Amino acid sequence: MMEKMIFGRYVPADSIVHRLDPRSKLIFVFAFICIVFLANNFVTYAILTVFTFFLIFVSKIPLRFFINGLKPVLWLILFTLVLHLFFTRQGHLLFHFGFIKIYEEGVKQGIFISLRFMNLIFVTSLLTLTTSPISLTDGLETLLNPLKKIKFPVHELALMMSISLRFIPTLMDETDKIMKAQMARGVDFSSGPLKDRIKAIVPLLIPLFVSSFKRAEELATAMEARGYRGGEGRTKYRLLLWHLPDTTSLIVLIFITAILTILRS
Amino acid sequence: MDITLEQVEYKYQAGTPFERRALHDINLHIPQGTFLAIIGHTGSGKSTLLQHLNALLQPTAGTITIGDRTVTSGKKEKQLRPIRQKVGIVFQFPEHQLFEETVEKDICFGPMNFGVAKEDAQKRAKELISQVGLPEEVLEKSPFDLSGGQMRRVAIAGVLAMEPEVLVLDEPTAGLDPRGRREIMDMFYHLHKEKGLTTILVTHSMEDAAMYADEIVILQHGELKQKGSPREIFSAPQELMSLGLNVPDVVRFQYLFEEKFHLKLGKTCLTIEELTEALKNVELRGVRT
Repeated sequence: MMEKMIFGRYVPADSIVHRLDPRSKLIFVFAFICIVFLANNFVTYAILTVFTFFLIFVSKIPLRFFINGLKPVLWLILFTLVLHLFFTRQGHLLFHFGFIKIYEEGVKQGIFISLRFMNLIFVTSLLTLTTSPISLTDGLETLLNPLKKIKFPVHELALMMSISLRFIPTLMDETDKIMKAQMARGVDFSSGPLKDRIKAIVPLLIPLFVSSFKRAEELATAMEARGYRGGEGRTKYRLLLWHLPDTTSLIVLIFITAILTILRS
Repeated sequence: MDITLEQVEYKYQAGTPFERRALHDINLHIPQGTFLAIIGHTGSGKSTLLQHLNALLQPTAGTITIGDRTVTSGKKEKQLRPIRQKVGIVFQFPEHQLFEETVEKDICFGPMNFGVAKEDAQKRAKELISQVGLPEEVLEKSPFDLSGGQMRRVAIAGVLAMEPEVLVLDEPTAGLDPRGRREIMDMFYHLHKEKGLTTILVTHSMEDAAMYADEIVILQHGELKQKGSPREIFSAPQELMSLGLNVPDVVRFQYLFEEKFHLKLGKTCLTIEELTEALKNVELRGVRT
């Protein structure tokens, strides 16, 4: 059941998006999230959507990965869509049946909101799908470096992030293993009343916590034994390199922002 | 309870881009009371195969018959639960599955899940704790206060408490000291003989496979490569080595010995005692050492 999780997964491929510097990708995605909110009419939404699909095409990752990422929030999208349909009371009346009234503006807003969701999710999935977790944390650490000035523990945060990312699959495997061991002892995780199901989680959670504590202790010992003394004075094994495509991607983004600002109504 | 596997195939994450075939066309019949050892390289599909034996995984193709129940792809979880009581699995590092406040509660957990009354379960716990070689006082302790080896024994007792007819062991002695290894394996063998259990052992230890098993199955890349009695299997040491597997030290010694002195000892020896006997009868004529 754990193995079906595809959201937030890295899919290795050889594409220009994969080769980009994680820093430029992070800036790009962050900026994109902001400019999505600039769009407010058909033209601007169309430009955004076409641009998103262009990025997906360039990344060489099959579209179904993105659709998969969309699935968990599908209900949220439908919910907002329906809310907008029924509760916006502006523009022409399109449809009237009993107390249900659907207005032109409602349809428009509903579609816009759904498109906004889709664009946001596709572009953020693009980031996680094309960037390995390790370079993602590397990029984040460098980007956050200025925060050191205000005593923000950037290195510690990045270390914690990379350790947690590293251990997500390990913990998933472990969860799966313990789950199976308990199922073999007669625990039923997938059926029965809610109360029983919550109770069934105890034999899963306790061993998981216990082994996490143990693992943390072992990891800390192993790190100290290898001379880890905190972030001060460490050199880097993986160097981030900024190339021409990175600059280009940001220029393209500025360009799109300009167009959106001009065309928005 | 016989177990039969027919053309079993299993794919991980079937239908996703990460699909990976772990088992392919496995045909195997395990009669009641057999001690079967499954050996193979890491990643050969041993552990995957083993999880099919009590329906934790369901084959993506083919059928598995366990006693009078059949498991095919897409069976409902509810229909599979009774199988789990009959087939007990001791997973790799079973000590990770302990969670209760006391050892006694943890041992009782399995049987009580299958509807055994509390008093009966506690009685079983009492019997089993000595069977796995621990003093009775341990029952009142927290499992997390015990040593690694003791925790392993408690976990094994927890599986045995369900009184399974088939016992499936996934490297039960991994990470134990030599004495603990021997004790645990002897205990399983004793149980196997005494209760007429069907025992299926997945192991990397060729010594254990040679010593305890009636039958050995070799897996490679998810396919069943060889099947036979330990003597048959280990009679062709070169073949095993070509599969990237080891042979027991005794067999290896015999093989090198025969090669060096250009003679045959008559039969493949599986234990040191057998080998000593065989060597006594050898006359080393005209051989300079």
